[in-house]
Amino acid sequence: MTALVEVKGLDKAFGGVHAVEGVSFAVEAGQVYSVIGPNGAGKTTLFNLITGLYIPTKGEVRLNGESTAKLEPNQLAERGMCRTFQQMQICMNMTAIENVMLGRHLQLKSSLFTTLFRLPALRRDEKTAYKRAADLMEYVGCGEYVGAEASAMSYGALKRLEIARALAAEPKVILLDEPAAGLNATETAALEDLIRKIADQGITVMLVEHDMKLVMGISDRLLVLNYGRVLAEGTPEEIRQNPDVIAAYLGG
Amino acid sequence: MLNRFMQSRLRGLVVLALILVIIPAFLSNSFQYGMVTQIAILAATVVGLNLLVGFAGQISLGHAGFFGLGAYFTGIATGTYGWPSVPALLVGAIMVGIIAWVVGRPILRLKGHYLSMATLAVGFIIAIILNNERALTGGPDGMPVPAFEVFGWELSSFGRYSLLGLEIEGFEAWYIFASVILLVAVWFALNLIESPIGRALRSVHGSEVAASVVGVNTAKYKSLVFVISAIYASLMGSLYAHFLGFITPAVASFEFSILFITMVVLGGMGSTFGVILGAAVLTLLPQVLADFQELETVMFGLILMLTMIFMPKGLLPTLTAIVSKRMRKKAGGEA
Repeated sequence: MTALVEVKGLDKAFGGVHAVEGVSFAVEAGQVYSVIGPNGAGKTTLFNLITGLYIPTKGEVRLNGESTAKLEPNQLAERGMCRTFQQMQICMNMTAIENVMLGRHLQLKSSLFTTLFRLPALRRDEKTAYKRAADLMEYVGCGEYVGAEASAMSYGALKRLEIARALAAEPKVILLDEPAAGLNATETAALEDLIRKIADQGITVMLVEHDMKLVMGISDRLLVLNYGRVLAEGTPEEIRQNPDVIAAYLGG
Repeated sequence: MLNRFMQSRLRGLVVLALILVIIPAFLSNSFQYGMVTQIAILAATVVGLNLLVGFAGQISLGHAGFFGLGAYFTGIATGTYGWPSVPALLVGAIMVGIIAWVVGRPILRLKGHYLSMATLAVGFIIAIILNNERALTGGPDGMPVPAFEVFGWELSSFGRYSLLGLEIEGFEAWYIFASVILLVAVWFALNLIESPIGRALRSVHGSEVAASVVGVNTAKYKSLVFVISAIYASLMGSLYAHFLGFITPAVASFEFSILFITMVVLGGMGSTFGVILGAAVLTLLPQVLADFQELETVMFGLILMLTMIFMPKGLLPTLTAIVSKRMRKKAGGEA
């Protein structure tokens, strides 16, 4: 069986600095796969490479066996990859639910003609999309903001909204970049439940996260980066006992 | 919630229609009718420009170029070659759409100031061509444009018509015609904004990277909205040419482009009804300040600056915010 996401010898240099160097790993469908490492280890760069926002200096990423080298982020989305951002990317010029409905972009195909005359087919699709987006907001736990402007939402709610938007695209794999950053303990616990729910749906989850308790509890496998290189890879148990990791990261 | 949303969408259109019906009660002569007709045509133009600037967040400082191309295409096709008005208007719009697409593809990769400069240059090039192609356009002296006509029926400001048994003057007929066009232009714009295409456009403004990771081809949508706004400008340019009966390259000038942008910014970027108000204010203002004609450009610059500083959301959104705040206060006080 080929892996859903396969990274081979990935390298990204900014000038002379190698943010990511010779990284290889594979994520099987249905896993929760986490990438951890100290600040500046290259985790977000790795995510940006996988999702097509950066072009690798060397190496390649394969999604479902297909090389993603020539694909734009929107084409990766068409192939079932979606993500959230450490620096949240919410459209503040739209309402909360419109942000989630934006996630339905690929499922909503309407011609310019249908749109300009607002024909019944479009109205029907919009109604369905609205309902589904409202359900998703409920699902991620920001249902109380269905009628709100995005700019009126709290930080924690916006983080959830971003996940709802990614889920609206019906991805095969969802990449979450530090979803727990800035959340308090209660919110983090709720987030853990949410990630579990998403994984139980059969969606592959890739996670960059600092919260070790969250990561260790939830992940099937972990990748530890340090200075852009792979320090260790394995199950949470293996990582916990890896002397390199303990020395470099956990500071033990 | 959805229903309420839909209703509010159409409510704006109904209010606008009512205002357009009431306005003639305050008009007494053909000059005033002419002003309001001009406002309606320019308003429809900036409703289209607002799709690009206000909703998709891309600037165009050369939109008068497209407006001018539409005007001149109509002038040349109907005047010099004797085409009927409607085919001239449509072919002109298609041609301008193609030009906008070809030009837009490369320049919309630029952002911010660079995009401003590129669109500025597009506008300048079009104005220069219209100025220099004397054989076709009559050069800086301009050219006459025949009256708008459909199937041998002419719409001229100086004609007399009967509408539903009512005798009306030509300038009144033009006002009605322009009002209907404005309503249709607004209706199309509202439909576009509240749709998957409209969300994609607005997401390009809100967060281009977020848009791309959920599958929005941002380059495609930027081109699309650039073309749509150019077609709006071209169609309105054609009507403007018919309405005035005479055009000069001034319709494609830099000053005109700035006027359009000022209308959008003053009225309210991203507010379809706001930019109509912007068009009205900035068309009427020079009349009020007729004594200071040489200061017109300075005034526009000042208005643009003051709006940016003191009401960045624009005239209409700021006014509605104040009114709704007052109403809430009042309701709170009574309770």
